[in-house]
Amino acid sequence: MTNNQPSISSKDKIPFYRDERIIMIFAQVLSTVMIIGVLIWAIINFFKAAEARNMTLTFGFLKEAAGFPISNPPIDYEPGMSYIRAFQAGLINTLLISGIGIIAATIIGTLTALARLSSNWLLSRIALVFIEFHRNIPLLVLLFIWYFVVFGFVPPVKESLQWPGPIFVNKRGVYLTWPRLTETGGIFIILVVIGFLVSILAFTMLRGRRKITGKETYYIPTSLFLLMIFSLGGWFLSGGTPFQLDIPYLKGFNYQGGLRLTPEFAGMFLSLSLYTAAFIAEVVRGGIQAVDRGQLEAARAVGLSQFQVLSLVIMPQALRIIIPPMISQYLNLTKNSSLALAIGFQEVFAVGKIAINQAGRAVPIFALIMLTYLSLSLLTSFVLNIYNRRIQFVMR
Amino acid sequence: MVNIAIEQDHIRPPQPPGFLKWMKENLFSSIFNTVLTILLIPLISYFLFAVSKWVFFAAEWRAVTQFPLLYAVGQYPRDQIWRVGIILSGLFLFLGISWGRWGGLLKSISFAAGFIMLVTALLPVQHPALDLSMRLYLGSNLLIILVGYLIGSKTAIKNIYIFVGWLLVPVCGIVLLAGFEASELIPNVSTTLWGGLLVTILLAAGGIFLSFPLGIALAFGRRSSLPVVSAFSTLFIEVIRGVPLVTILFMFSIILALFLPVESRIDRLVRALMAVTVFSAAYSAENIRGGLQAVPLGQIEASKALGMGNFKTTIFIVLPQALRAVLPAIVGQFISLFKDTTLVVIIGINDFLGIGRSIINSDPEFVQMRTEVYIFMAVVYWIFSYLMSLASRRMESAMGMSNNM
Repeated sequence: MTNNQPSISSKDKIPFYRDERIIMIFAQVLSTVMIIGVLIWAIINFFKAAEARNMTLTFGFLKEAAGFPISNPPIDYEPGMSYIRAFQAGLINTLLISGIGIIAATIIGTLTALARLSSNWLLSRIALVFIEFHRNIPLLVLLFIWYFVVFGFVPPVKESLQWPGPIFVNKRGVYLTWPRLTETGGIFIILVVIGFLVSILAFTMLRGRRKITGKETYYIPTSLFLLMIFSLGGWFLSGGTPFQLDIPYLKGFNYQGGLRLTPEFAGMFLSLSLYTAAFIAEVVRGGIQAVDRGQLEAARAVGLSQFQVLSLVIMPQALRIIIPPMISQYLNLTKNSSLALAIGFQEVFAVGKIAINQAGRAVPIFALIMLTYLSLSLLTSFVLNIYNRRIQFVMR
Repeated sequence: MVNIAIEQDHIRPPQPPGFLKWMKENLFSSIFNTVLTILLIPLISYFLFAVSKWVFFAAEWRAVTQFPLLYAVGQYPRDQIWRVGIILSGLFLFLGISWGRWGGLLKSISFAAGFIMLVTALLPVQHPALDLSMRLYLGSNLLIILVGYLIGSKTAIKNIYIFVGWLLVPVCGIVLLAGFEASELIPNVSTTLWGGLLVTILLAAGGIFLSFPLGIALAFGRRSSLPVVSAFSTLFIEVIRGVPLVTILFMFSIILALFLPVESRIDRLVRALMAVTVFSAAYSAENIRGGLQAVPLGQIEASKALGMGNFKTTIFIVLPQALRAVLPAIVGQFISLFKDTTLVVIIGINDFLGIGRSIINSDPEFVQMRTEVYIFMAVVYWIFSYLMSLASRRMESAMGMSNNM
């Protein structure tokens, strides 16, 4: 640059300490040295401490017997089994509570958002109270209220509450009546899955044809009809009884059968999904309200039905706004599931914490926990971002 | 002339609808809405009836009302509690001064604070914690706020002194709370005795205050053209954001000690504060980065053309615009930080929630009153966070109107 400007002679050359290139190189070297220096210092300290306290730094111990119990493990687990097995049990609990929590929070949140937007003043106010209540108290307080207060005061087994279903609630947990597959139920499931695939295929093909030719191909009724045919076929093939209701019954001091949710699981599930639902409701409401009102009026003006207005005009545009904040709500829910530690629901963090308390394995176990959460976060956001990219506007 | 008549019709402010009309529009606009309203009214009435019956007749508030000081400051020695009082009064003084100087939102806050003080001082109940000296102290805070207001509005005290005061009161306050080993007047009070709302506010305010500059540094670091700095900042932000706060808390309370020299001891409360700060800084950094990206390139080019250096451009041109753009997001982040401080219960620090838990567990009789205690906790946290979000909304609209903030 200086070469092109004859007015600046070589005498006026910028001194090296003001030359941006040299400053950059200097800053680069300095920052590198500082960061690496601090890291080396920490690592030296660490090795000294490790030596002094006789700590394990490798993952070899994972195959040893864990020696601690896990209450109600989701997979077969006993204290004699390895750390890996204990860790797997914790991980499955985390995935279970997050997965079910995400589904429930999405449903409750969307319904709350719709209620909030309702033209009925009372319903809208109820939704507002629900949202503001849950958004402004800490999740841990909500969790304690559900676990210690609600589940803390339910009656003992002999005096179980009985709700229609039947659902039994007592100190040992919530017992749900649950449909279980009978021996022939497998055929039904297989046929329903095939029917589902066939109807999706029919749906996409017929809709594609409609898009090209512009002729009505009745893709929604056709695919629903196909699904119904396959399901009914499966029903008959399985002898009319693909499922059997597994009803909990009192035997001795406890209920048998049905699906049992422990108080820890139920408390965690309820507080986590209600808390996140309040945030999701605000996200969904914001997304729907952000769609331009002219879109709604234009869609009505061209004669679309109420359902078509919602499904073809409002929702596709709202989803573009909703999805990114929704992803971060899902990630929050997954991370918040670690609070289960406080009430003794043993997910991956709680299991890890017990293992840490056994001498000298803090660092590898901690690394394992961090890696687990990091990969869960990355995986969730990766999958959802693919979906997000698909529904966004295609820009230039 | 007809035009004028039409315009006048437009100028008329919208008339508030009559009660019956309002009901027709909002409750009975369609058959579906009418059915819904008729179903909802008995449900809501029953709910409100049941709740008020419980609050006023069934509930036993003894576990809540018996220990006001425990909820406020935890196990802090009762004969040293005047230190907390001095800090509170110091904060009130500067609140009053700022109200006198700037008014607006600060006025509402001052009124609320004064109101709470007055009501507590005049509560018509007999309580060992609320003796005459306590009542006098609470009442005198009203005076302090007023004195502050007069100083702020009548004298020409420089703004910079007010800012320094706001900075000094908390810093001196923490020193005062901790005390000194050798001192007789203010002996050392171990942080294990600190608790209650004091610790909750300390962690939240400290975390907010410290995480802000760290967040700015990380945001600049991530956008830096130096690959090492940028990679380090990105890694730091993403790792912290990818794991739960509980993990960070445990990292600082267990793992951090391993990476420091063996002889160094960091106080438990300080470690919790560090964890909260680091966690919040990573989230703030992402918010601030969004703001930095929103500053138009032309602004930077213009300031360079005026001969401002990198440093001046950043401080006077980029940062103010960036921070203004992301203020709502940052306030939201601070509210969630306030709620997140409850997690320190898990590493055994007696914050507000922790005190509630230990009161419940201290006596089998109180175990039966846990509903009352947890409802009380929820209400207190709710009020704090709701007020913060209310203040942020007011601040947003105030900033939308005046550009010279």
